[in-house]
Amino acid sequence: MNAVEVKGLVKSYGRFQAVRGISFDVREGEVYGLIGPNGAGKTTTLRVLSTLLEITSGSVMVHGIDLRERPDEVRKVISYLPEDAGAYKHLRGREYLRFIAEFFAEGEKADELVARGMEIANLGERIDDKVDTYSKGMARRLLVARALMIRPKLAILDELTSGLDVLNAREIRRTVKAYAAQGTTMLLSSHNMLEVEMLCDRIALINDGLIVAEGTPADLKQRYDAQNIEDVFVKVVSG
Amino acid sequence: MSNLSKIIKKEVKELLTPATLIPVIIIAVIFGSLGGVFGGVEESMSEPQKIAVVIEDNGELGQVAFAVLNSSAEIVYNGDDVKEALGTLEDAGGSSLFVIPSNFTSNIMDNRTGTIEAVWVMYGAGLMDSLPSEVAASLLTSVDQAISAYMITMGMTENASLVLQPTQLVETTIFKDKVMDGISPGAIAGVMSSQSFVMPLIVMMVIIYAGSIVISSMGSEKENKTLETLLTMPISRTSIVFGKLVGAALVGLLMAIIYMFGMGYYFDSLVGSASIDLGEYGLTLGVGDYVLVGISLFASLVFALALCMILGIFTKNYKAAQTMTLPVTFLAMIPMFVTMFTDFDTLPTVAKVLVFAIPFSHPMIAMRSLMFDNYALVLSGIAYTSVVAIIAMLVAVTLFKKDILLTGKVARSEEKGRSPLGSMIRRFVLKRK
Ligand SMILES: Nc1ncnc2c1ncn2[C@@H]1O[C@H](COP(=O)(O)OP(=O)(O)O)[C@@H](O)[C@H]1O
Ligand SMILES: [Mg+2]
Repeated sequence: MNAVEVKGLVKSYGRFQAVRGISFDVREGEVYGLIGPNGAGKTTTLRVLSTLLEITSGSVMVHGIDLRERPDEVRKVISYLPEDAGAYKHLRGREYLRFIAEFFAEGEKADELVARGMEIANLGERIDDKVDTYSKGMARRLLVARALMIRPKLAILDELTSGLDVLNAREIRRTVKAYAAQGTTMLLSSHNMLEVEMLCDRIALINDGLIVAEGTPADLKQRYDAQNIEDVFVKVVSG
Repeated sequence: MSNLSKIIKKEVKELLTPATLIPVIIIAVIFGSLGGVFGGVEESMSEPQKIAVVIEDNGELGQVAFAVLNSSAEIVYNGDDVKEALGTLEDAGGSSLFVIPSNFTSNIMDNRTGTIEAVWVMYGAGLMDSLPSEVAASLLTSVDQAISAYMITMGMTENASLVLQPTQLVETTIFKDKVMDGISPGAIAGVMSSQSFVMPLIVMMVIIYAGSIVISSMGSEKENKTLETLLTMPISRTSIVFGKLVGAALVGLLMAIIYMFGMGYYFDSLVGSASIDLGEYGLTLGVGDYVLVGISLFASLVFALALCMILGIFTKNYKAAQTMTLPVTFLAMIPMFVTMFTDFDTLPTVAKVLVFAIPFSHPMIAMRSLMFDNYALVLSGIAYTSVVAIIAMLVAVTLFKKDILLTGKVARSEEKGRSPLGSMIRRFVLKRK
């Protein structure tokens, strides 16, 4: 069974179609990337898959659950990390992890989740500082920790590292790879073509609401005779 | 253009949006129409008062008093039956009945003060409602002067203090079918001011405070995208909506209790010296009455919060949330002013319907209504408020399941960002490949 099966997905905002009929599958345990420029429709796609937006047409299955029919069931297996997300500013890092953990487990089980979260966030003593004192990189690490500590079957990560410095981005990528190896399927988006080459097993190039190419990074480079994914993208889009 | 003026121009442009202007315009209109109401009261003051007189005295001075009253007021009843006089007076919308007792002339002739009995009919307990009787009371000064003049011309000047003040007033106020001896409408309005001011103020402040908690929490959750996170977790939409509502309602009720103690104390210290004990006239609230006031407050608080939640659904960020509370504030201000200055019972029918329709009115008018055992108004108010509160909550929960929660309104500018022609060309190019 695939972790995600998207067929002919269309999503409109009013009369404007942001996603114009895309289909792709994500296999279990895979790191799958949606790659494309700003406004391509990545966030819209991920928000539909996270049960946040209604499907205009097409179908989405998440671990065999029909998303349109049973969004509540889908919410039990996914974990969504929005782009540019924040945490509750009045909370401390540890309190935020606990607040989230308690929706998924109780007592010692919740303690375990928090401990795992603290390990992922790797904030040292700063985990007991207020969230609003964190730098952008620290906040993002806390949120990645929140998303992965519950070991979801599917993690949906929007613009995983955008706006972060090299070291923070690297650490986050390493965490994502490690958790993917432990069984969490990762569906992420990025407009950083180099990053996805390092991170993803398979990618879909998305432009103007349509998937224009799909495959492993190596496949794509070979198919389009390109040095890197950026070149692939330019060749695909400009013909 | 200097740098300073560039900055000023940018600030003004940013601040002068429909969202900030419309509420201010609404407020101006409300105050304008309130001015109209007060203007109307003043006008009716300057018209001759409608009064009823019962002259039981056959003497000269009774005739003098009647002549004075007749010249400066419109007498709607002149006879000898007090009951009939009151009926006619109330039908005519007048508020003063003067009775000149049979011993009026003889007392003054015997060197004693003459008594004038006044029966005031009070229609509401607002601050404006004691005005007619106060104006009518000033007629009695003219009566005094006329009698003094009469005494001087008759040479009855041996008792100077009697000449200066030949009459005394014995007042009775009839207020919502309760007869209160020795009390003037002004005194009643004064004592009732704690009900007239404290409840509406507290209700308004609590609604605005708790309402802004809900709206700004929605605004900041959207801005930080923490709302998106909550919505993708295995938590029901209903739990999120109710969690937010109940949290804000609890804080709001706590505020109400603190305000009530503070203001109750403040008004006690003002009123404590007043001589009237309303309890003597059965104008007290029992425990059950307070429970009803509490229920009424709770129902309208829930409505306010659900309404704020609906407004919050359309909010995009924290800053936009600030102005969103304004419509709720104004909705709460209308019944506040109405209950402070007038009385629900004395409003014209259209205004009654309007005030009743605003759910915030009911806790504001509940205390006064319960004092006069007007349970029908209070209970129907609670029923109505509960129904609209439930409807508002259902709407909030329904909207929580819609795209609009996250997208706000469909942004036209973003549509413009890509012209239809542009995307047609792009599609064409892509297809050809
Ligand atoms: N709430 C919205 N209302 C209208 N259009 C929107 C809305 N959100 C996004 N869009 C439009 O949908 C398109 C895709 O946006 P998005 O999915 O955010 O792209 P990406 O994440 O790939 O940068 C863009 O043209 C954007 O302007
Ligand atoms: Mg995006």
